Amino acid sequence: MAGSVALRTAASPPVRRAANTEPAWVRWALIAVAVAFLTLLLFMPLILVFVYAFREGVLEYIAAFLHPDGQSAVVLTLIAAAVSVPLNTAFGIAAAWAIARFEFRGKNVLITLIDMPFAISPVIAGLLFVIVFGANGWLGPWLIEHDIRIIFATPGIILATTFVTFPFVARELIPLMQAQGSDEEYAALTLGASGWQVFRRVTLPNIKWGLLYGMVLCNARAMGEFGAVSVVSGHIRGLTNTVPLHIEVLYNDYQTTAAFAMASLLAALALVTLAVKLVVEWKAGRDHARAVRDMGGGEA
Amino acid sequence: MGFTLAYLGLLVLIPLAGLILFTGSRITLAEFWARAIADPRALAAYRLSFGASFIAAALNGVFGFIVAWVLVRYPFPGKRLLDAMVDLPFALPTAVSGIALTTLFVRTGWIGRWLEPLGIQVAFARPGIVVALTLIGMPFVVRTVQPALEDLDGEIEEASASLGANRLQTFWRVILPSVLPSLLTGFALAFARAIGEFGSVFFIAGNMPYRTEIAPLLILIRLEQFDYVGATAIGVVMLLAGFAFLLIINMLQAWSRRHQR
Repeated sequence: MAGSVALRTAASPPVRRAANTEPAWVRWALIAVAVAFLTLLLFMPLILVFVYAFREGVLEYIAAFLHPDGQSAVVLTLIAAAVSVPLNTAFGIAAAWAIARFEFRGKNVLITLIDMPFAISPVIAGLLFVIVFGANGWLGPWLIEHDIRIIFATPGIILATTFVTFPFVARELIPLMQAQGSDEEYAALTLGASGWQVFRRVTLPNIKWGLLYGMVLCNARAMGEFGAVSVVSGHIRGLTNTVPLHIEVLYNDYQTTAAFAMASLLAALALVTLAVKLVVEWKAGRDHARAVRDMGGGEA
Repeated sequence: MGFTLAYLGLLVLIPLAGLILFTGSRITLAEFWARAIADPRALAAYRLSFGASFIAAALNGVFGFIVAWVLVRYPFPGKRLLDAMVDLPFALPTAVSGIALTTLFVRTGWIGRWLEPLGIQVAFARPGIVVALTLIGMPFVVRTVQPALEDLDGEIEEASASLGANRLQTFWRVILPSVLPSLLTGFALAFARAIGEFGSVFFIAGNMPYRTEIAPLLILIRLEQFDYVGATAIGVVMLLAGFAFLLIINMLQAWSRRHQR
């Protein structure tokens, strides 16, 4: 459900006849409304980020990243993404495999659990970890005794990031693997392939584009997570501030240019994510067209 | 399979169990009532969170529908770009959209300076919260309505026209009822997403207690005061609301699947 919308393969729009369309002025009025709505909500904020980031010149822009606090924020964000994206990718493949290939009791419960981070406010996700690992939490006293820091430290940030982003790969793969079915895998098995060979030679090539988009989206969300990380980080400058938290600090300090410079990095990442989505949809559409052609155009 | 369950257990079930145990063992019912339900500051926060989310989801229901309609039915220059950009709120970090919207709508901002003489204040006021929540909910409505509009059978519209209905009647009586389940699903998704949203609202709201303080922010404030009981009480209410929405959305999705067949 929320947060993940399955990739759409390009379908040619049906031809409309005169009875099925509106007068030209209605069409253009509706197009104008749609464009105005999206300009206000999407294009203006996006353009503003880059204009403000560069308004004091390229030198000021670069200075934001040379500041030690800025650098440590970038490093921490990279660490959190480097841990959470591979973990969630492995989980996403395993979960999608289990859901698409096997029938078992409690499957719907499993799907609901995977959707949980979508339904939970990121602030509540952070709260869950504070209650378990915080100083007054369940494991808090034991952790303090053994001098292990999770909340207000890097492990807490990694945990919160992983929690918030774990559905993305799974949600992208489940519909894909369900649609593809397991005929090809059975064929490989009967021809004597081992389980691992089936996965590497048959399953992986079939899901690679969906997997790539899932990972890129997961990465964008991991690097941009604010609410959950905000709760568990404690905002210690130069130590537990990720890029989004550092943006908050800079913005509240009226260092607007530096804040938008940092923000432009994440905005560029978001644009790259959208570009990957377009490429993946184009590739998936092409693969689909080729498959239809190879089967003699039997189904369209 | 085992890995899937172990991972889910570690990451989701243990923290959730922690919350339930905490609520069960450290908060009495009377305390829960006083902190989560009867507390006027919490009440004001729920009212704002649910009210602003509802308005934002309704705005998306109207404008998101128009966007989906235009993208499915009309050819125009720049359509591909517009279609691709609809997904931006999924990928754009909320802190980035938060500071960008705030800068856009403050008195000296690109849009704020035109609203200022009209006496309309958006940033650091309730309308700003609605704007931020509309932004993050928009793709949910567009992306659920779009496939439903694509699946519509043109022949039914032609039949309606040949039976003497004008275009508006065809829209109200034929098109809208068949995409209604999808529209409602998109509305519910946008609503649910808006209720939990924190990052973008945090910057634009101004965060004044009783006036522009959303429920997730109040949880964070309670936590910063090390008031775990107060934070958890509000968290449980919001969590239950989230689960209720998950249930409603699943039912709506089942309905729209039946509808499409």
